[in-house]
Amino acid sequence: MMLRSDVETIAGWVGNGSKVLDLGCGSGDLLAKLSLEKGIDGVGVDIDTKNLTTALTKGLRVIQQDMEDGLPNFENTQFDVVIIADSLQVLKRPHAMLARVVQIGHEAIVSFPNFGHWRSRLSLLLSGRMPKTKALPYSWFDTPNIHFCTVADFESLCRQLDIEIIERKVSGDRTYLAKIWPNIFAKSASYRIRHR
Amino acid sequence: MTAASRASSLGVIKPDHAHFSDALYLESGEVLDEFELVYETYGALQPDGNNAILICHALSGNHHAAGFHSEADTKPGWWDTVIGPGKPIDTNRFFVVCPNNIGGCNGSTGPASISKTTGKPWGSLFPQVTVGDWVESQKRLAQHLGINQWAAVVGGSLGGMQALQWSVTYPDWVTHCVVIAAAPGLTAQNIAFNEIARQAIFSDPDWCGGDYIDANTAPEKGMALARMVGHLTYMSADNMSDRFGRELRQGSFDPDDDEQPIFQVESYLRYQGSQFATRFDANTYVLMTRALDRFDLAASSDGDLAKALEHASAEFLILSFSSDWRFSPARSREITTALLAAGKRVTYSNLESDAGHDAFLLEEADYIALLHAWMQRVAA
Repeated sequence: MMLRSDVETIAGWVGNGSKVLDLGCGSGDLLAKLSLEKGIDGVGVDIDTKNLTTALTKGLRVIQQDMEDGLPNFENTQFDVVIIADSLQVLKRPHAMLARVVQIGHEAIVSFPNFGHWRSRLSLLLSGRMPKTKALPYSWFDTPNIHFCTVADFESLCRQLDIEIIERKVSGDRTYLAKIWPNIFAKSASYRIRHR
Repeated sequence: MTAASRASSLGVIKPDHAHFSDALYLESGEVLDEFELVYETYGALQPDGNNAILICHALSGNHHAAGFHSEADTKPGWWDTVIGPGKPIDTNRFFVVCPNNIGGCNGSTGPASISKTTGKPWGSLFPQVTVGDWVESQKRLAQHLGINQWAAVVGGSLGGMQALQWSVTYPDWVTHCVVIAAAPGLTAQNIAFNEIARQAIFSDPDWCGGDYIDANTAPEKGMALARMVGHLTYMSADNMSDRFGRELRQGSFDPDDDEQPIFQVESYLRYQGSQFATRFDANTYVLMTRALDRFDLAASSDGDLAKALEHASAEFLILSFSSDWRFSPARSREITTALLAAGKRVTYSNLESDAGHDAFLLEEADYIALLHAWMQRVAA
């Protein structure tokens, strides 16, 4: 589940009329919003037929595809913006995905839940069990979220991949704290990135 | 027709005929001085003519896509699952046109028609027609009906090839284009299957070089064999295992049993073959398979499919089925990738099905729901 503030952050970063690829677009809520508010020329990628069908009723265009196949059907710099909203943590090879999205998009927008949030830290510290929260209610063995990372982890990976962070916005219960210590107080983080 | 099927169906449909007396110049260089098309229409054409949908049929299809031909008719048209009131191609909204293609054997001018020049059936003298020729003839039919733009052109398999051809030959005519279980051109393996089918027909002594009607006979054995090969390739191995397994239709492996064992699948294929042989013209089968073989959308652009599609302006829906190996999902992805590279508006779905190529004709829930959802964007 994406936080409302993340959705607004992403919408704010997408330029009017830009060419947008939304990877893991689900039933197309974000694409529909961007189409309505920003008049984007958008296309989604999703693997699930039911998601696809729902997205199609919204008049959207979607390619049914495993987004982890390396996206060979897209050309470099084909899009103004490539979005991975709230799905980095479900990928088998998130690093390969990051490297690829900054190729096919002039810019990419990535948002993910911050596993470094103090609640996760406290929960693991006190209970000794993998944290379960309202936003992330799964058990460790059946969670789709196989690659959690923290704000610090993500930024370190970007440096390794020679990816430039253009802008970062974080969401938390107390935004001022999240801004000062994002790795502890951000519930989720959104980044605008591009290839350096 | 049963009460239940009648409720969601178009009821009894009467085919129409149109005669075209202006010559049709074929891609082969030959000329058809005049031709006739048999077609069906469903729904009503709006005064502005903007709600027309063209349905292009596949190899063994015809103009009878939906509804029934009589009250006593038990089998509806070949795409009754998709076309009708409230169905994905909703006849409450759209005026649907489905012609039998030239070269066919269901009433349009074809090898079994009488040639004006000889006064005899065309037979072996009927010219080879192509997907492009069909598009031309379909355009003539549209003009005859007062249509100057299609809200959508829709087809599966060989019909999908026609839809693709329409989108590049007459981009201004095609607002939406639906290409199901098709390919931008056949693979060598696919052409090979067609060649086996043709050789089966040619090897029948009753083929008579294609002039069997004149000889008052028909190559039914060859046709049955051709259809058995074709039909086999339209199914998937899993689907065949589920339907037939190793079950025997008759006889047994008991040495004391006088009756030879016959597998269910043998019996099924023989039945399909012989049924088809009596209803379909051999020359048409040869012609249709050659039209399939020769279709190559990228040929005019040195094999660059994206370039071939660069002038298309339609919004596309490309569909494939997971177990289809005759027109595999990879071929539909080729089309999709080329459309994306050409900057076209496209949606692609690879639908889960174990029914092989035939899935495009079946009432598979996900497929019908997805097509229904996508069709909402087609303005009527």
